[in-house]
Amino acid sequence: MRRFSLIAVPYIWLLALFLIPFLIVLKISLSDAALAIPPYTPQLDFAGGWDAVKTFFADLDFENFEFLTTDDLYWKAYLSSLKIALISTGFTLLIGYPVAYSMARAAPEWRPTLLMLVVLPFWTSFLIRVYAWMGILSNEGLLNQFLLWSGLISEPLTILNTNAAVYIGIVYTYLPFMILPIYSALEKMDDSLLEAAEDLGCSRTSAFWLVTIPLSKTGIIAGCFLVFIPTLGEFVIPSLLGGSQTLMIGKVLWEEFFNNRDWPVASAVAIILLLILIIPIILFQRNEQKQREAEDQ
Amino acid sequence: MAQEALFEPWNDPNEPPLIQFKNVTKKFGDFTAIDDLTQDIYAKEFFALLGPSGCGKTTMMRMLGGFETPTSGTILIAGQDMNNVPPNKRAVNMMFQSYALFPHLSIYENIAFGLRRTDMAKGAIDARVHEMLKLTRLEKFAQRKPHQISGGQRQRVALARSLAKAPKLLLLDEPLGALDKKLRQDTQFELMDIQEKTGTTFVIVTHDQEEAMTVASRVAVMDEGRIIQVATPDVIYEAPNSTYVADFIGDVNLIKGTVELRISSAPVKDPETEVVAEDIIDDTPNPQPNKLGEWIHDTLLSPIIGERIEPIKRLPPPSTAELAASQEKMQTAQDGGLLLNWSDKNPTIIVSNGDETKDGATLTFAIRPEKLNISKTKPDAPNSLQGKVIDIAYLGNVSTYYVELIGGQMIKAQMANARRLARRDITWEDDVWVSFTDTAGVLLEH
Repeated sequence: MRRFSLIAVPYIWLLALFLIPFLIVLKISLSDAALAIPPYTPQLDFAGGWDAVKTFFADLDFENFEFLTTDDLYWKAYLSSLKIALISTGFTLLIGYPVAYSMARAAPEWRPTLLMLVVLPFWTSFLIRVYAWMGILSNEGLLNQFLLWSGLISEPLTILNTNAAVYIGIVYTYLPFMILPIYSALEKMDDSLLEAAEDLGCSRTSAFWLVTIPLSKTGIIAGCFLVFIPTLGEFVIPSLLGGSQTLMIGKVLWEEFFNNRDWPVASAVAIILLLILIIPIILFQRNEQKQREAEDQ
Repeated sequence: MAQEALFEPWNDPNEPPLIQFKNVTKKFGDFTAIDDLTQDIYAKEFFALLGPSGCGKTTMMRMLGGFETPTSGTILIAGQDMNNVPPNKRAVNMMFQSYALFPHLSIYENIAFGLRRTDMAKGAIDARVHEMLKLTRLEKFAQRKPHQISGGQRQRVALARSLAKAPKLLLLDEPLGALDKKLRQDTQFELMDIQEKTGTTFVIVTHDQEEAMTVASRVAVMDEGRIIQVATPDVIYEAPNSTYVADFIGDVNLIKGTVELRISSAPVKDPETEVVAEDIIDDTPNPQPNKLGEWIHDTLLSPIIGERIEPIKRLPPPSTAELAASQEKMQTAQDGGLLLNWSDKNPTIIVSNGDETKDGATLTFAIRPEKLNISKTKPDAPNSLQGKVIDIAYLGNVSTYYVELIGGQMIKAQMANARRLARRDITWEDDVWVSFTDTAGVLLEH
């Protein structure tokens, strides 16, 4: 009984804060838009008794999901989000891995400081940091001023309000999520493994590819998912740094909710996004579990 | 065993050494890990580097592996200067203390790892891996990952992996440190067996003297970056060249004193020649003064004519029955050697194997506890010292007696427990005699 009540705590938490909101969103996605408060019908009315509940369920339909397939804006937005998420995950990995590697190779007394520096940006509000990038990337921004001053360019570059700015913003924001899991995988690695590889005939480079990379694989996978999953639904960065041509599903979702006030369609978009994310989330969980099993040995 | 006795390349001036350390010094900052070290190691040797942690033994091995380069001096392997050869270009493989098995690869792939870095054909690699699996009795585990096998099996995988490329030289860094005692003993014999089968030169680093003694053809005892003594295990044990070696290898009693030439010869076996021998050596004046004469000499004449020469005290001649009995059990001392004066309350120690040129020097007498005999009655032995049993450590097969000699010197004596514990006749606080032969110990200079 005591065991049961202990397990019940996280389950009640999940039920209240995840499952119930999810069911509400699901219900809204199956409703129709209406000029009312809240802006959708039907409303569940228990006062009407069993008949009212029956008509309520009869009124729910998949119209909104069908609508999503008719307008190519939505699937283009999904695809574009996937593309941006994949490319920025790649960039984050390319930058994050060397950083994590050099941190793990640094002298032990330096590591806490380096770790601190990686986490330090979290102390400032995410929104403020993105606004700061607007100041850096704009036509009269710090970056352009520097490039003009150094003579590398004669005309200011247009970076802000392009996809490039979105990539910069995403890579900057999510870099720590890539560095930390890779660092923790590399830090655990026994140096004698590399010596053993060299001893058995590997050059330094091939030892890196044959030993270091495979052994940091779980860290790489974890980092990629930690960047990919939130990036897919990212809304703040594309709307602040991106331009009109930047199409991301998070932005579409926002516009449906607040500009069009079409809650049912917005909910349908959110449900589809969730379904898309379930696959990488399950893969991520499996990777975590595998890592835990390997560590238990 | 007979074969091993013949294997002594270090005594053959025509045998070229496989490894040569020439005045090698290695410094880490201010710390000198290896101090001007010169040493040859021969092909097919099982060479043990033995010493406490921090003595430089691991550094020496890592220099052979190519993981460290000497600060000065050269290391030659098969006549080739190794200073600028990286680890992956050396015909040397190392078995790491942590085994360093690749956790993401199966046992098979771990063993094949080194072979895959060569241009060996796939079929040949497979054959070689299977040969190694068979040698180390790991066939059943080929497809397992390192974390799915036991510590002893991991140790064998590490050995198989390091032997797979058939190196000229195999380095073993504390290879058995992670195994429990029983498994360690079994594995020691396995190692020797594999070394003999493959004919590879093994250099092993260990801090466990028992392990070094068991496996090695020669043992190098190291301290503070220097090799103190290199010799076969029996020489290291029986004839250490310093108190450091004597103390590091096994248990030892150390007694410090000054030595003098032995003036009198030992009792000789034949009673007829014994009389003759005594006559030759006895240089005391004859006849001897009586009591009054002694008094006059000591009080009046000694300032003028010198100290009176004391006669050698003689026991009455033994009866024929006594002689016959003592003939059997009397341990006779050999001629020559030195006497150790170490305490004014105890008799001198006869060391007939002492170097006579060391007359007058201050030396340390080292004797192993198992070479001491302990008894309640005075034994017939060249050396016997009186003391009291302070403590007894019962170890099962042997017991160690801690005896306090007259004057306070503590001495450890080890006796095999041939009898059951209940029938042991020596116990705490007993007055006992500690005896040993005249060749049981050695005199050491430092």
